[in-house]
Amino acid sequence: MSTMPAPLLSLVDVTRTFGGVQALSGVSLDVAAGRITGVIGPNGAGKTTLFNVITGAYTPTAGEIYLDGARLTGLKPYQIARAGIARTFQNIRLFSSMSVWEHLLVAQRHDGSVFGRLLPAGLARSKAGREAEKALVFFGLEKVRDRPARELPYGTQRKVEMARALTANPRLLLLDEPIAGMSHEEADELRHLLMRLRADGLTILLIEHDMTFVMNLCDRIHVLDFGRQIAHGTPEAVRTDPAVLDAYLGADT
Amino acid sequence: MISTYHAALLADSGILMLGALSVYIILATGQLSLGNAGFMGIGAYLASYLTVEAGLPLTLALVLSALAAGMVGIVIGFPALRLRGIYLAMATLGFGEMVRSFFLNFEPMGGAGGFSGMVHVSVGYIWLWAGGILVLVTLLERSRLWLEIRATHDDETAASLVGLNTTATKIGAFGFGAAVAAVAGGLFAHHHVYIEPANFGFDRSIELVLAVILGGSTVAPGALVGAVLLVLLPETLRFLADWRLAAFGTLLVLVLLVRRQGILDRGLFRALTFRRQAS
Ligand SMILES: Nc1ncnc2c1ncn2[C@@H]1O[C@H](COP(=O)(O)OP(=O)(O)OP(=O)(O)O)[C@@H](O)[C@H]1O
Ligand SMILES: [Mg+2]
Repeated sequence: MSTMPAPLLSLVDVTRTFGGVQALSGVSLDVAAGRITGVIGPNGAGKTTLFNVITGAYTPTAGEIYLDGARLTGLKPYQIARAGIARTFQNIRLFSSMSVWEHLLVAQRHDGSVFGRLLPAGLARSKAGREAEKALVFFGLEKVRDRPARELPYGTQRKVEMARALTANPRLLLLDEPIAGMSHEEADELRHLLMRLRADGLTILLIEHDMTFVMNLCDRIHVLDFGRQIAHGTPEAVRTDPAVLDAYLGADT
Repeated sequence: MISTYHAALLADSGILMLGALSVYIILATGQLSLGNAGFMGIGAYLASYLTVEAGLPLTLALVLSALAAGMVGIVIGFPALRLRGIYLAMATLGFGEMVRSFFLNFEPMGGAGGFSGMVHVSVGYIWLWAGGILVLVTLLERSRLWLEIRATHDDETAASLVGLNTTATKIGAFGFGAAVAAVAGGLFAHHHVYIEPANFGFDRSIELVLAVILGGSTVAPGALVGAVLLVLLPETLRFLADWRLAAFGTLLVLVLLVRRQGILDRGLFRALTFRRQAS
């Protein structure tokens, strides 16, 4: 077990309450660099809240979050994004006025200088244009390049969200239920894309309800229930953990 | 040469278009300002002071007024961050009235009696500014910066989570919009060669918003369409005599019912300019 790579993301005793609800209570976890880590748990377990406190959408009530040793707690969402964390949303959040292509330009920071930002966006020969083209091809979105993103089928919209996140060139990618609304074939195709990203060194943290998908893809899994972490480990260890079986059986009946 | 009557209409359209653009720029970030007549007033009074009292050339006076009003716009942009929709509209309306009543009581520049002494400018000069700024904003709309503005408009939370500083975007838009409004005000003052606080009341602010909503609120040239319509329609409806305002109101309601985004939108503008979507 001494081969565990250093953690890219660390949560230390993170708590978040909403009124009386403890959406997260005392969650500590490490996300290993270059691996795919899963977060599972019954509905309302606090999974999305976990993503929201990591990205700064919500501030934690208590606890600390570090990215590669640097403290994230207290930073604004856009600062955390620029530090290298990109995400997708459980209830898709695409920009209503934008085409797919525009989504692939908007999050890029390659031409971030004041003058660079005043130039026409995404010219074919610019760095931004090339990056956008790469993401377009990677997710197979060439045919819908100029379509308004919000008019596309659900599964395609999820791909646009992932492509937008990737164009920000993140170190850590957070995916909230990436295959919800996708066909079986699409989900399988996505699994291969995510494995390619991992092979390229990207660190991924993903929430997913589909157990087969999670167990086949993730290197490690963390299980939440009522805001607490009740188990973590390899897929095999988590699958047979009595606490996990209990939580899922409890939730189903 | 065009007649003085037509020249006046043309000048009015140019000035109104600039005022409408100032609203459009702020609206592009999702903020509705009903106080842009206030920025216009600041520009009108400051530019007039600079040319009449300080003897500066008009172009320099306009640039300085734009910078000063831009600064005021940025200051207004901060509290505006905390407000949305109808509340922001009311607060900016309050700002406009504040500016108007300031000049009402500002005796050094005539107070309620108004201020004069400006040298009349040509229509050509007005349209040099109006056309220049319209082209500038239209070009800016193809930039990365404008994508950030649209993201902020569409979904502010998502925009910040993809790494965009939406606070800077919204405040910057207020500054830029205020500067453009000030140029409109300065030109207004030097076209009419007489200004009074009532020129910059809230009915003026409404007129600017109306031009944007009517002409098209998703592309900059919409401001041009709206301004020309608002200036020309009342003239062409003159044969209706006392009924022309009623007819004008009916037309407005009809346009909004049929085309909520205004007459010109992204699709139509692209078709008219034979351009493929940003590529
Ligand atoms: N903004 C909020 N205000 C109040 N309560 C909230 C808020 N966000 C989440 N909660 C509560 O926190 C708890 C955890 O919610 P969360 O969305 O994180 O669950 P989840 O594990 O993502 O569930 P699901 O699988 O259904 O997506 C729930 O009880 C939820 O009602
Ligand atoms: Mg969730």
